[in-house]
Amino acid sequence: MTRYVLGRFAGIIGVLFIVSIMIFLMIHTIPGGPFDAMPTTSEFREIPEHIREKLMAKYGLDKPLYVQYFRYMWAALRGDFGISFRYGEPVTDFISRSWPATAQLGLSAMAIGIPIGIGLGILAALRPNTWLDYLTNVVVITTFVTPVFVTAIMSIIIFAVILKWLPSGGWGEPKQWILPTFVYATVQIGGMARFTRSSMVDALQAEYVRTARAKGLRERAVVMRHAFRAASLPLITLLGPQVVNLLLGSFFIEAIFRIPGIGGQITLALYNRDYPVIMALILLWTFAIAIAYLVTDLLYGVVDPRIRVGGTM
Amino acid sequence: MKQNGASQSAAAQAAALALDVNSKPRNLWGDAARRFSRNLLAMISLSFVVLLIFLALFANVLAPEGYDNQQYDKTWLFPSLEHPMGTDPFGRDILTRVIYGARISLAIGFISNIIALAIGLPYGAAAAWYGGAVDFVLIRIIEVINSVPNLLLGILIISVLGPGFGNVLFVFAVTGWMGIARLVRGQFLSLREQDYVLAATCIGVPNYRIISRHLLPNTLSPIIVSVTLGIPGAILGESGLSFLGIGINPPLPSWGRMLNDYLSAIQSHWYLAFFPGLMIALAMYAFTLMGDGLQDALDPTK
Repeated sequence: MTRYVLGRFAGIIGVLFIVSIMIFLMIHTIPGGPFDAMPTTSEFREIPEHIREKLMAKYGLDKPLYVQYFRYMWAALRGDFGISFRYGEPVTDFISRSWPATAQLGLSAMAIGIPIGIGLGILAALRPNTWLDYLTNVVVITTFVTPVFVTAIMSIIIFAVILKWLPSGGWGEPKQWILPTFVYATVQIGGMARFTRSSMVDALQAEYVRTARAKGLRERAVVMRHAFRAASLPLITLLGPQVVNLLLGSFFIEAIFRIPGIGGQITLALYNRDYPVIMALILLWTFAIAIAYLVTDLLYGVVDPRIRVGGTM
Repeated sequence: MKQNGASQSAAAQAAALALDVNSKPRNLWGDAARRFSRNLLAMISLSFVVLLIFLALFANVLAPEGYDNQQYDKTWLFPSLEHPMGTDPFGRDILTRVIYGARISLAIGFISNIIALAIGLPYGAAAAWYGGAVDFVLIRIIEVINSVPNLLLGILIISVLGPGFGNVLFVFAVTGWMGIARLVRGQFLSLREQDYVLAATCIGVPNYRIISRHLLPNTLSPIIVSVTLGIPGAILGESGLSFLGIGINPPLPSWGRMLNDYLSAIQSHWYLAFFPGLMIALAMYAFTLMGDGLQDALDPTK
């Protein structure tokens, strides 16, 4: 077990190493540097050549690429992702400043969306081809298949523009939280309901469910302890990366509702060629997803002893 | 005797009729088509997809105006008989732009999946067929690319290459083939263990014939489903990138780009963003439900 975890961890480090080199090179091939004037912005200013050189030297941008890379990674390992070119503050400060809004949005969306989604999925699987099943299907299609930016814009049109119940954006007062949280939650509801339903349908047809019913177990115990436990296995695969995505934010929701979180910042950082912020966010994201997959694999063993990793098998 | 003969021939006819039902040459595709045509939702989706293809192909005939036809005396018009979806701040007809938008979305959807198939199929087949070190390396490459979230990778690639139709296609060429490669690899690996493949190997059937006659045909239906469901994926990706302002270049009308352009005016002119958004949603539903229907129709085990 320990060997397996260590091996997987080494694999993640290897993948991250290659990914970080890839991203580092790609970002450095983006035309233009952080101190070039940007003709597209209103603040069009040419920086004099000698000042530009000094700035490049100050941030170590005059060194060869591989030196820049290793200097960066060495610092990053100690939790120092450099200083944002745009905001002049450490990237870690910048991230910890914008993370609370993202985390709040993600956690509340998860708290609302996942239980409702799983519940709907189980109910639909228990009563196939009834109105409840059809309703679930409609909910799944309208939430899971609709792109999140379309859902967000439609909800703004309905609730903010036509009905005028809620503000269309911002992130100061609780009233502004409702719409983005609701929109983000609907995405979770659809995804969870879809997968819960299909894996529950399979699980309910299994022999052990018939056995459990035959020996006279209460329906609740049959459904929850026998069928759902088996059906939750594919859900874990879905949930692991999903939780990470929720915690790291949605580009679209944060951009549409003007939420000062991490997701909305990355496009801004790309536009500003803010290398340290881009690098840090992508590395963080990739690392978090990789860890989520590892945890997911390990959780598999907890839920399903048949495939306990490195165990008796 | 005559009567007897008549009844005999009637019985024979009935038997022949009964037999006929079974003796009709039934194959997977005929069965699948029958199952698909009985699925109402899938048929409705198929008709909408056909309509979209029609719109995309004949946009220049069907659209009432040119997609970049700016009329400064007709800006910000509310939907009316003359402009059923209204006009934008440049006086361009929204209906026209929505119709041309179908062309962009479908072109991206279809072409990117052809590219994905062209890369993914041989890649997955090679990984499964050669196995060992080749498989190991090929799978690790997929793992590395997959470890960066697709949208981030797309944003990165676009920031290097710049926005535009070709570069958006390139993003999907990079990110889209891995699903098919994995699918083909998995199918090939399990099919290779089947007895009929062993039998074919034993009687000396050459490899390329085993692949083309046994492995590929048995992989075809999951591939069809995967490609069909890949189309809404690409449409979603394109409208997402365009929505972030880094997809198709204006003035080409992409639905996602229109959403982004009109978002700032949503308080005063909500219908501008409404119709492109509706089209994205409807296109997604149609392709997804059609893919689901195909999956049910092509999988006889369900």
